[in-house]
Amino acid sequence: MTWFQKWRRGEGAQGLFLISPTLAFTLLLLAVPLVMVIVLSFWTQDYLTLHRTFSLENYRTAWTEPMYQYLMARSLKISMLVTAMTVLLAYPVAYFISFRVSPKRKAMWIFLITIPFWTSYLMRIFLWKVILGYNGVVNGSLMGLGVIEQPLSFILYNQNAVVLTLAHAWVPFAILPIFVALERVDRSLIEAAEDLGDTKWRRFLRVTLPLSMPGVIAATIIVFIPTIGDYVTPRLVGGPNGLMIANMIELQFKKANDAPLGAALAISAMIIVTCVALIFIWLNKKYIREAK
Amino acid sequence: MTQPIIQLSGLDKFYGNFQALSQVDLDIKTGEFFSLLGPSGCGKTTLLRSIAGFETPSAGSLYIDGQSMDGVPANKRPTNMVFQSYAIFPHMSVAENVAYGLKARKLPKAEIKTRVTDAIAMVGLQGFGERASHGLSGGQRQRVALARALVLKPRVLLLDEPLSALDKKLREQMQSELRQLQRAVGITFVLVTHDQEEALTMSDRIAVMFDGTIAQVATPQDLYGQPCSRRVANFIGMMNFLDAKILSTSGETVDVDVQSFGKLTLPLGQATGGLEGCDAVGVRPEMLTILTGSQTAEREIEAVVSEVFYYGDMTYYDVRLPFKEESVTITMRNTAGRSILGVGEKARVGWSASSLLLLK
Repeated sequence: MTWFQKWRRGEGAQGLFLISPTLAFTLLLLAVPLVMVIVLSFWTQDYLTLHRTFSLENYRTAWTEPMYQYLMARSLKISMLVTAMTVLLAYPVAYFISFRVSPKRKAMWIFLITIPFWTSYLMRIFLWKVILGYNGVVNGSLMGLGVIEQPLSFILYNQNAVVLTLAHAWVPFAILPIFVALERVDRSLIEAAEDLGDTKWRRFLRVTLPLSMPGVIAATIIVFIPTIGDYVTPRLVGGPNGLMIANMIELQFKKANDAPLGAALAISAMIIVTCVALIFIWLNKKYIREAK
Repeated sequence: MTQPIIQLSGLDKFYGNFQALSQVDLDIKTGEFFSLLGPSGCGKTTLLRSIAGFETPSAGSLYIDGQSMDGVPANKRPTNMVFQSYAIFPHMSVAENVAYGLKARKLPKAEIKTRVTDAIAMVGLQGFGERASHGLSGGQRQRVALARALVLKPRVLLLDEPLSALDKKLREQMQSELRQLQRAVGITFVLVTHDQEEALTMSDRIAVMFDGTIAQVATPQDLYGQPCSRRVANFIGMMNFLDAKILSTSGETVDVDVQSFGKLTLPLGQATGGLEGCDAVGVRPEMLTILTGSQTAEREIEAVVSEVFYYGDMTYYDVRLPFKEESVTITMRNTAGRSILGVGEKARVGWSASSLLLLK
């Protein structure tokens, strides 16, 4: 038997064959494009000609040009606001389902939470435009009630609208990990806290909240990472002041015709997101270790 | 006599249509080690949780230390609990766990520190204060749970099957430690257990519960020696039952016709649960003897050995008595020179009328 035949019958090879479709998919559609973007970011483009010589020029521009710094900071700010709002909105819902809903009904409640996903994300953004617009539901109602005389302009085409729309879209994703973490909190621990003299609020702060932190951190990561790179929402409801780094990346690849700079911006954004995510993962590990 | 620390009267608890407690009346004395004993599902844990404040009784009254506990939440009651799972906070160290209740009471830091140190020492965990709680063994977790509850100096300590998760050897060690601890601190302990041996060895008094009602409250000796019914007798230790029929009663005695043993006159005191409804006579296996050689007993009966179980220090015989279908168990100590009978051999069984109990 040759080494190849031996290897082919081994457990390792079997595992490799089993994952091979996914592996091929991942390699072709994730790893290869990623490598291409990285390579591209070290090249330069002059109108239509691509100079294939190694250069850090794009990174220098991406990290020093005030406009890119500003957009990056704004993207971070918006996605942090979205994350904070999402987690704060999701926690009470997850708590309610875990602690107040009878065990028989929990599955139904989780199912109800997924209802927004029945509509496409674009549709939901357009609905927010309808709700928040100049002649939209909010303005129409407030004017009809005589609360305001002129339609409010600060509710659409700015950063507030981006935060609101994104938070609405991501709340269900935040509810699930928090719910799972709360489900895993041993109820006798909460009884013990009560037995030892804590009031409802104190035992939430001292037992339930710390023990559900892994879920909160997971929710934070799940919401933060995708929102920082979102470009559809800022494009549709953000107006000129609500644009984020992803819109700039798109601009560089398309209209500005400077793909290498776009690639450098994309890689820079990825590095920043990775750093933030690593902090959260480290926090999560710390909590999980303590909670064991 | 001083006032009982816990007074329950007419306590009912319903879960939907299921009645978990039914008309429970119980007084627990100050400073005693009291056990609630019964098979699983008998309501003993529900009763304990009602005392702790985690369950609200559907009816009846509950007084702790003379105070009505009606509407008093668990965090305001003078009781503390050792949970079956121990409920040690996983995100806190041993010392933080023990300090939990003291911090809830907002005591000064210095006092918390000394009391925590004392409590940790009391349960024999010196030097474990800074340990994370997740690395602890079952026995250590239980000690933390005990220290955490006792550091608050409760009027009553409630223990929900605290030893069931431990292995046999550790369980026996903890039984005697718990007993010593209770004597040392002088706090009333209320223990829930399904293990009759545990209840007998540790308690001052035991309440035996079946189907949400209390069948008997007595000291371990009385419970074993004078059970009030066949069910209690069967639950506490081993008991042989012989059908019996009451013929007549006269003053202090009762005439009965007992299966195998014949017609007897017993003092009324041997009907420990009252005479009404009595249809059997119970006798503990150790109250019967297998006579050898020239030994004699107050009364004797011929039997045939049907099964022998040798335990080293003891031998358990199953013997057939005349006129009885099921075999009767006899336990004999294996003293020097005593030969073990074989299956099928004839045996003279000695018994006395004073060891019989008339039961319903």
